[in-house]
Amino acid sequence: MRKSKSLFRDLTKDSRFTIAFVILLVLVSLAILSCFSPYHPQRMYQVPRGRPPSWTHPLGTNWLGQDVFWQLTFAVKNSLLIAIVASSISRVIAILVGMGAGYRGGVIDRILMTAGDTTMVLPILVVLILVSTILREWARYLTNLGLLLAFFSWAWDARVIRSQILSLREREFTFVAVLSGMRTIKLVLKQYLPHVLPVILSTLINNMSWAIGMEITLAYLGLGIDPTVPTIGTMLQTAIYRQALFLRLWWWLLTPIITGIFLFIALYWLSVVVSEYLDPRTRFQRIGIR
Amino acid sequence: MTILPENFENERTLSPMFSSFMKEFKLNQLFRKCSIRKEKGIPVGRFIKNYLVPRFVQYILVTFLGLSTAFFLPRFLPMDPIKQQLSQYQAFGVYIPPEQLEEIMGTLKQLYGLEGTLFEQYINFWKRLFKGEFGPSLARYPTPVIQVIAQSLPWTVGLLILTTVLSWIVAVIAGGIAGYYRGRWMEILDGIVMVVRPIPYYIMSLLCLILFAYLFPIFPLSGGIGVGRELSLSWETMKSIVLHGTLPALTLLIVGIAWQFQSMKLIIQGVRSEDYVWYMKAAGVKEQRIVFRYVIRNAMLPMITQLGLQFGTIFSGALVTEMVFAYPGVGWILYDAVMRGDYNLIMGIMCISVVAVTTSIFLLDLIYPLFDPRVRYR
Repeated sequence: MRKSKSLFRDLTKDSRFTIAFVILLVLVSLAILSCFSPYHPQRMYQVPRGRPPSWTHPLGTNWLGQDVFWQLTFAVKNSLLIAIVASSISRVIAILVGMGAGYRGGVIDRILMTAGDTTMVLPILVVLILVSTILREWARYLTNLGLLLAFFSWAWDARVIRSQILSLREREFTFVAVLSGMRTIKLVLKQYLPHVLPVILSTLINNMSWAIGMEITLAYLGLGIDPTVPTIGTMLQTAIYRQALFLRLWWWLLTPIITGIFLFIALYWLSVVVSEYLDPRTRFQRIGIR
Repeated sequence: MTILPENFENERTLSPMFSSFMKEFKLNQLFRKCSIRKEKGIPVGRFIKNYLVPRFVQYILVTFLGLSTAFFLPRFLPMDPIKQQLSQYQAFGVYIPPEQLEEIMGTLKQLYGLEGTLFEQYINFWKRLFKGEFGPSLARYPTPVIQVIAQSLPWTVGLLILTTVLSWIVAVIAGGIAGYYRGRWMEILDGIVMVVRPIPYYIMSLLCLILFAYLFPIFPLSGGIGVGRELSLSWETMKSIVLHGTLPALTLLIVGIAWQFQSMKLIIQGVRSEDYVWYMKAAGVKEQRIVFRYVIRNAMLPMITQLGLQFGTIFSGALVTEMVFAYPGVGWILYDAVMRGDYNLIMGIMCISVVAVTTSIFLLDLIYPLFDPRVRYR
């Protein structure tokens, strides 16, 4: 406990971390606030439509008769949910594949890495558009979309983890552990996992912002999530599709855009600070592929 | 590096010492070059066997798998191009008697190259691919896919090559300078980049659209060329193309520069603390010369890789940017093809894009040892 407290104090020395942390805190509390919403997120014409921001409706109301502020709380909750599902599951796949390929080597290594390379070579956006069109009914649900995104984002991290395991395998403590009869599972979990944890943590945050971005992209094209379920992407899509700009309802269009920008900035700064804190050499990982 | 006199940085005060240092430095370099050349002669066979062959095998394998995915994936789409074609006929008021329906469907299947089992189609696909064709577009029958792509490719490639190269050059120079020097301006620049860098390009394009086409209507809202204008080499047409292309190019430039600026700056910060930079500084080599001749050049390698990878991704287009600005490039027709179940067109674009990416990675692997001798001995 004391350790985590001092870690937190160290991190807050960087002002970027403090700002990012506060933004995320606000967004998370918005997400929690959605549980107390007086309106149903998907029902229309509950309030007068097209009203500018006022005390009763802090961010105005949209053309469909929904309160933009309460829509936003649901949107933030759902977007974060997709991001968490996608990034945690892709991390699990990446760890399993990376460690399996790195530790076992040989044929398994080659098969897994070729599979990973193939998913990296494909134009990922095109494939996602195709798959989400094929599985239209299936991908309408939040967790399913998260799973879909997870499936396409493990390859790069698996590669990084594998290369780390490859070098760890040659270290002396591995020989000591193997010779003293440690089981493989225990060796991997107890000895190797702590070494690759920094990489996993910093890519976790990057992956979250990637997943949110992909959700917005798919929603923009009218794919992915059921368009009546509010996420940052579907809010944006509805506002554009209903010509919010020409109806002069700027608060309707700008709310998801600005929330999105804040979310992306917060996640990016967090990942920058965390990876710099964990290991200055991991700077290069941020350059990353995406 | 602590025991240096204070005026050591000035080149003129130590010109004799400096020139002798430079002589030694050049000799050293010469020696290093010779030694590399000597070693290079010996392990060519080993280099081919350990470096080239595995990479080539990998290249072929990954390309094969990627192309196969490009064949199979579109075929799972829920849209049936034949039924769509039929319903299009019926929408025009053509009455098709039920007994003829089967026959028409059979004919259409034959025309589209969709008869036979999936496996037979797959074999046909490879046969066609080696002839360099993808068959007819299904939604724009009988225009061949190649022709459809060729019509939209110049738009995308023109836009993307221009923005990719320009943003790369700007980012390398600006990032190099910002990474090396420190000061007030650099901090401000860095702060701007830290804010712009995480904003994804589709949000950036929306912002640009709202700002420059709606609030301040300087540029046209959408399209690649004015409505009803024919492609020609006249002055008016050129002006229209440039005006329509400015906003998409601007968004891609902003995002591209911010992204690469950040990487370049980080690499430079790694390079500038290396020993040889201290050595040159101590010897009084001009700062400018150090930055442009040595530090930036040494940091170029990862940046060249990035540029190569980006060239590979040009062919799948900047889909969302093109959608936002209704720009008639590859991304636009790709989206159209997905919505209309045009298997062949999707397949064609995906194949070109897969081959472009794998080939550019392979080429990078090939030229990498020329730039970096360390790679040869791995």
